[in-house]
Amino acid sequence: MSQTVSPSIASPQTQQVLDVELRQVSKYFGGEAAIQDIDLKIREGEFFSILGPSGCGKTTTLRLIAGFEQPSAGMVLIQGRDMSRTPAHRRSVNTVFQSYALFNHMTVKDNIAFGLRVKRMGRSQREQRVADALQLVKMGSFAHRYPQQLSGGQKQRVALARALVNRPAVMLLDEPLGALDLKLRKQMQVELTNLHQQLGITFVMVTHDQEEALSLSNRIAVMKDGDIEQIGTPSEIYDYPQTPFVADFIGETNLLQGEVEFADSQMLRLLTPEGTTVLVNRSEANLPDLKTAVVSVRPENIRLSQEAPLNEGNCYSGYVKHIMYLGTHLHCVVQLQTGERLTVMQPNRSEQSLTPETPVYVSWLPSDCLALAA
Amino acid sequence: MRLPAFWPLPRTWQGWLTTALFAFMYGPILVLTVYSFNDSIRYTSVWQGFSLKWYESLFQDTRIFRALQDTLFVAIVAVAISSVLGTLMAIGLAKYYFPGKGVYRGVSYLPLIIPDISIAVATLVFLASLAIPLSIWTIIAAHMVFCLAYIAVVVSSRLGSLDPNLEEAALDLGATPAQALIQVLLPQLMPAIVAGCLLAFVLSVDDLLISSFTAGGGANPLPLEIFSRIRNGVKPDMNALSVLLILASGMIAALGEYLRYKGSMTDG
Repeated sequence: MSQTVSPSIASPQTQQVLDVELRQVSKYFGGEAAIQDIDLKIREGEFFSILGPSGCGKTTTLRLIAGFEQPSAGMVLIQGRDMSRTPAHRRSVNTVFQSYALFNHMTVKDNIAFGLRVKRMGRSQREQRVADALQLVKMGSFAHRYPQQLSGGQKQRVALARALVNRPAVMLLDEPLGALDLKLRKQMQVELTNLHQQLGITFVMVTHDQEEALSLSNRIAVMKDGDIEQIGTPSEIYDYPQTPFVADFIGETNLLQGEVEFADSQMLRLLTPEGTTVLVNRSEANLPDLKTAVVSVRPENIRLSQEAPLNEGNCYSGYVKHIMYLGTHLHCVVQLQTGERLTVMQPNRSEQSLTPETPVYVSWLPSDCLALAA
Repeated sequence: MRLPAFWPLPRTWQGWLTTALFAFMYGPILVLTVYSFNDSIRYTSVWQGFSLKWYESLFQDTRIFRALQDTLFVAIVAVAISSVLGTLMAIGLAKYYFPGKGVYRGVSYLPLIIPDISIAVATLVFLASLAIPLSIWTIIAAHMVFCLAYIAVVVSSRLGSLDPNLEEAALDLGATPAQALIQVLLPQLMPAIVAGCLLAFVLSVDDLLISSFTAGGGANPLPLEIFSRIRNGVKPDMNALSVLLILASGMIAALGEYLRYKGSMTDG
């Protein structure tokens, strides 16, 4: 199930090699905490994403690993070694910046060779490595161009190659696809996954795009206000969010808050202020412990029908308030008679004739929603 | 009424206004240029035929050449020192955070706004109070005040348009802070540094006011020499000299602007 990172020092029985570890790390900028008491363990070879809204401290976390910032408290370890006294240029990590930060006065080839040149690698070996890196990102024919002659996607590839060519232990990617248009972004997502599998090195990516994080990562850390809310695999994060924030931020969800009317180890019954009763039989928390709770139900788990449904789950009547056509799906907002509004994602089937004001029933099984501590 | 297809004069009142303004600005210079070729015995507004004799007499005037030497020496030394300090100042102000940074930044650009006469008087009073004798070095010191500010402003504006992660990218790839500065930051700033230097150079060559307050007996820059000669009546060789100065400054300023433009084009 979902895994939380314990603040304790790495236990000896874990056989996994940690490439990056943050222990109780805090960072203050002029008295304000950008991140506070963060613990993070990133395993060797994994694609790890740090996901959160802007200002949550995810970029600061990445900059602490890269060495551009020093922690106000706590410790950053790379491959088990304390990095407190190691400046950025002596760390075995390389960064791909959101702005690419290519050197405009150098050709593509010289940009990529820069890291090897400052490390005084011999010419023939350097040329070979640069050629390999260019081929890896499919930019071989652009070696003698200047960055300003390249498109956004091409610059992105050069930035990747410039980092990869140094064979770092860890690749740090700061919103690497943020500046690309949708189609190019999808394409580069595939290439990033391929690169990661081909090279087998650890990738740490910062993003605010939950879809990108879900589709690329082995594990995700969701951050909010300088704190880590949850760490887990994409399916753990999506199917078993531990907090209402995670449920809401990852994908779309409906959150219903209320008093717990009844709870045993199997089932919980929630009563919202509007008077809606919701049955839930799934939770990360121990159900009988909950006094107030938030129920999260995903739009795609809600069934929408014009006749009263037969199943015995949660079933309510209402009418369509708003409808948005998305091609494969219909995105509906349903106004319940009790007053709540629910978002429903409905496969687009031609036999349906949903228009605003159509009276409908919405229903879902108690096992299709999740109770969270409020 | 339709105007003919070839019509060298403006077609609209806006065009006429623009022409009038340009005539107002450049008319005197044009007249000066024309009269520098006048074949007259002394200064006169009567055109007496084309001649290069004022240019000839100018090139035989050793006082003028000594003055030009002083001017170039002052400008080159002041600009050379200011280019290093001004660039470091701009980088420091962009890179580091410290309390009162805004005030510090404002103060460092202030010489651009302070009237030259104030700088001139203040420098003179300051030098006198410390009993420092006036010489060509005091002119250089005074010129550095505005050269420094000018170069720092031009470099700062270029720094502001650069990718803020450039230096970090170099460090990230293993460059030491010194390598990052020399191999990455300075080459990207170079067009702005050169442009700033050329513009500061023109300002220094052009300066009369500050030089006249801070020059001792030994030094006599060109503007001072011209000014002292004109007090006894304008001689046409001064026309010729002015024409040459205008041409030279124009070329340097144009080169500076071109470099700045080229630099901003490579931002991609």
